[in-house]
Amino acid sequence: MLSPVFLARLRELLPADSLLFEREDLVPYESDGLSAYRNTPDVVALPSTEAEVAAILRLCHQENVAVVARGAGTGLAAGALPVDGAVLLVLAKLNRIRRIDPLARIAVVEPGVRNLAISEAAAQYGLYYAPDPSSQIACSIGGNVAENSGGVHCLKYGLTVHNVMGLRAFTIDGQLLEIGGEALDSAGFDLLALMMGSEGMLAVVTEVTVKLLPRPERAQVVLAAFDDVAKAGAAVGDIIAAGVIPAGLEMMDKLAIEAAEAFVHAGYPLCAALLLVEIDGVNEEVSDDIATVRAVLRAAGATEIRTAEDEAQRLKFWAGRKAAFPAVGRLSPDYYCMDGTIPRSQLPHVLTRIAEMSAEFGLAVANVFHAGDGNLHPLILFDANVPGELARAEDFGGKILELCVEVGGTITGEHGVGVEKIKQMCAQFASPELIRFHDVKAAFDPGTLLNPGKAVPELHRCAEWGRMHIHAGRLPHAELPRF
Amino acid sequence: MHDAYIDTIRDAHSRAQPLVIRGHGSKDFYGNPSAGEVLDTTALSGIVDYQPRELVLVAQAGTPLANIEARLTEHGQMLAFEPPRFGGHGTLGGAVAAGLSGPRRASAGAARDFVLGIELIDGSGQLLRFGGRVIKNVAGYDVSRLMAGALGTLGLVTEVALKVLPRPAEELSLQFECDETTAIRRMNEWAGQPLPLSATSWHAGQLTVRLSGAHAAVHAAHTRLGGETLAHADAFWARLRDHRAAFFETRHTPLWRFSLPATAPALSMCRPELATEEWIEWGGALRWVACNAPAERIRAAARQLGGHVTRFSPGEGEAFSPLTPALATLHRNLKQRFDPHGIFNRGRLYPDF
Repeated sequence: MLSPVFLARLRELLPADSLLFEREDLVPYESDGLSAYRNTPDVVALPSTEAEVAAILRLCHQENVAVVARGAGTGLAAGALPVDGAVLLVLAKLNRIRRIDPLARIAVVEPGVRNLAISEAAAQYGLYYAPDPSSQIACSIGGNVAENSGGVHCLKYGLTVHNVMGLRAFTIDGQLLEIGGEALDSAGFDLLALMMGSEGMLAVVTEVTVKLLPRPERAQVVLAAFDDVAKAGAAVGDIIAAGVIPAGLEMMDKLAIEAAEAFVHAGYPLCAALLLVEIDGVNEEVSDDIATVRAVLRAAGATEIRTAEDEAQRLKFWAGRKAAFPAVGRLSPDYYCMDGTIPRSQLPHVLTRIAEMSAEFGLAVANVFHAGDGNLHPLILFDANVPGELARAEDFGGKILELCVEVGGTITGEHGVGVEKIKQMCAQFASPELIRFHDVKAAFDPGTLLNPGKAVPELHRCAEWGRMHIHAGRLPHAELPRF
Repeated sequence: MHDAYIDTIRDAHSRAQPLVIRGHGSKDFYGNPSAGEVLDTTALSGIVDYQPRELVLVAQAGTPLANIEARLTEHGQMLAFEPPRFGGHGTLGGAVAAGLSGPRRASAGAARDFVLGIELIDGSGQLLRFGGRVIKNVAGYDVSRLMAGALGTLGLVTEVALKVLPRPAEELSLQFECDETTAIRRMNEWAGQPLPLSATSWHAGQLTVRLSGAHAAVHAAHTRLGGETLAHADAFWARLRDHRAAFFETRHTPLWRFSLPATAPALSMCRPELATEEWIEWGGALRWVACNAPAERIRAAARQLGGHVTRFSPGEGEAFSPLTPALATLHRNLKQRFDPHGIFNRGRLYPDF
C-alpha cells in the first residue's frame, strides 16, 4: 500500500485526470497481453510530458517507491504486470511524433506512439519503420524498445536494436540520459544496445529516434506445401544456402493451417507444413530471387508451389498466417503462446519432441514459426475452466522452452522474460551470468525500484524452483539416461 | 583451455596489476595509451563452429580476420560489417572490441549489429557467456553487444558468435564528379530510394557509390543513376576500409573521425578552418578529417553538428569525446561491476577507468 503522504505529493505533480485511484479505473491495467497474470495496481500515473515523467521518478526515488513502466500493454510475458506498492507509470499519453526528417530518414517520436503510426506518418515520403511485431497496430515504440521487438521481417531488416538510433531516457533518480542520437554511433559503451530489451528495468524512455527505410519497390510472396514438416524445415536452410535472404520466411504446421483455413479461407492447401517466402527489394532483384526460391522449393520436395500474382493475392496468402493466433483461439477456449528460438537445423527434432510432449501432457499444440529466424511460437491449447489445465499448459510451455535451451537456443526470441519465463532463465543462465545481470541493473538502479522482480530471477529462487541450468546445449551429466 | 588466461587475470586482479589486451596490435594507436602487462590473445585461435545454412559463425577471439573471411568466402558468405584490417592484420576479438566497421556499415549494419553471443573472462577471472547462436534472443540484458566497442575495458572477450550474410551476386561501383555539398545531398537522397546501395564515398571531388545485388538489379540502378563505372572497384573499397589509400597513409596532419548525422552540412562550407582534407563515407554519417586545428575547436564542431569525434592518430589529449556526467556515472558503475580492480586496458577508453 502506498502512503497517503506519498499519494498527496504525487497529486501535486500531475493534473487530476492523469492519476487513477478508483478500482474500476485500475482494473483495465491489471494485466498486459498475458492475462493469465493479473494484479490490480495501487495507482496509475499517466504523465503527458517528459518533465512529468522525470518528476514522478524523482519522487518515487526519494520515497523509495517502485515504478513499473507500461506502454500499450500488448506485451506477452507479463513484463508490465503491476507490482504491489508500486506506481504503474503508463506512457501512452506521450504519443506525439515530434519530427520526421525524410532526407536524413529518421523519425523522432515519443514512447507512446504506436509502431504502425510511425510507418503511416512516414509513408508520404516513401519511407517506413521496418520492425513489425504482429501487434503493430496497437503496440507502442517504447514497449518495442523495452522488449527489443521483432516481427516477420527480422531476418532481413533486424530487430528493434538494429533500427533505433537514439533514446532520451530517465534513470530512477530523475537524471536524463541521452543515448545515441542521429549519428550512427556514439562515444563510450554501447548503452543503446543495453537498453534494448531491458524490460523497463534500467531507465524510463521518453523519446526514441528511429531509422526509416525506403519502401521496397516490390514485394512478392511464394507459398509452398510440404507433406512432411522436416522437409519444410530443410527447405528453409536450402533457401538461405542459395544466398537468398527473404524479407519474411514463415512456417505453419497442420493444425495451424487447418485453423487458419477454417477461419479466413486463405485458400491454403491442407498439408503437413506450409512455407510462406516473401521476397522484397528492387524489381529485378525480386524476379531473380523468386526464380531461385521456386527452384529450391521444388528440389526440397514441395508438393505444391504458388507465387502470388498481384498484391491482392499476396495479402490473401498472408491473411492466413496473420490470423493464425485468433484462428487457433477458435479451436479452444484458451491458448498459451510460447516464444523459443532454436538453430534452424534443430527444427525437425524440436517439432518431434513437442509432438511427444503434447501426448504426454494431453494438450494439443499448433505451431507457427518465424522460420527464417528460428523463432518458434507453439500455441498450446487448453481450457482455463478445467481445473489444473492452466498449470499443465504452463508446465508444458516451460518444458518446450527448456528444450529450446537444450538444443542451443533461447527461451525468448521476441516476447521478453517478464514474469512468465523467469523460471526458465535459471535453465538458460548459470549463477555467474545471473549475478552480472543483477550488476547491470544495479549500475542503473541500485535500489531496485524499476520493475522489480521481473526478467532476472534471484539466485535463491532458481534453487527453490529446482530448475537445472543447461549450459550451451550440453545437459549436465549427459551420460545419464533421461526418461 | 582458458585456464592460463583465467589464472593470469585472477593473479592480476589480486595485485590490481593492469593488463593490456592485445591481438595483432593493428589498432594499438586507437584510443588512449594504456600501460600494463600484455595479455596476448593470439593463442585463442580457431573457428569453433560455422554453419553456413544458419548464417552463424563462432570463433575464438584471437582468430585472424583473414582466416575467418577466407572460410566465409569458400561458402559465398561475408562479414557484412567489413571490419578494417589495418596493415592487413586484425583479429576477431579486436574487431569486436574496437567496434569499427567498414564501407558497408550504413546499409548492412555495424559490428555490434552482427554480434549474437560472447564468451568473456571478467576482471575477477570469471568465465561468462552471454547471448547465443541464434538471431533472435531477448533473454537477459544484451551484454554481448555491450562488449562491442568497449575496447576490452569490461573483460577479455574469448569467443564471439556472429551473424554472417551471403555475398551479393554482383557489385558495381559508379563515380560522379561533384563538390562536397552535392555529394552529401545525393548520398542522402539516394539512400531514401529503393536502390541497391551498399557503400558511398566522397573524396577529392569524386563521389563513388557501390551497388550490390542481382545482376539485373545492379545494372538497372546503373542505368538510373548514370555515372562512370569504376575499374578495380574491389581494390578501391578495400583501400578505404583498411586505410591503405594515400589520404590515410601519407598524411602529415592528425586524423579525426567525425561521426555525424548523415545530413550534417559540408565541413568545407560550415567549418572551413577545420577541413584541411576530408574523406566521407556512410552516406555522410562518417567523415575522416585531416586537420591541425586545436582539439577543443574540433570537439566543439562535432558537438554542435549533433555527433561526436575521435582522434584517430596518436597525439595529445583525449581520444574520445567526453561523456555527460550522467552517462559517465553509468560507465564507471558498469566498469566497477565487470572489472572491480580496473585491470583491463586502464585508461584506454576514458582516463578515469
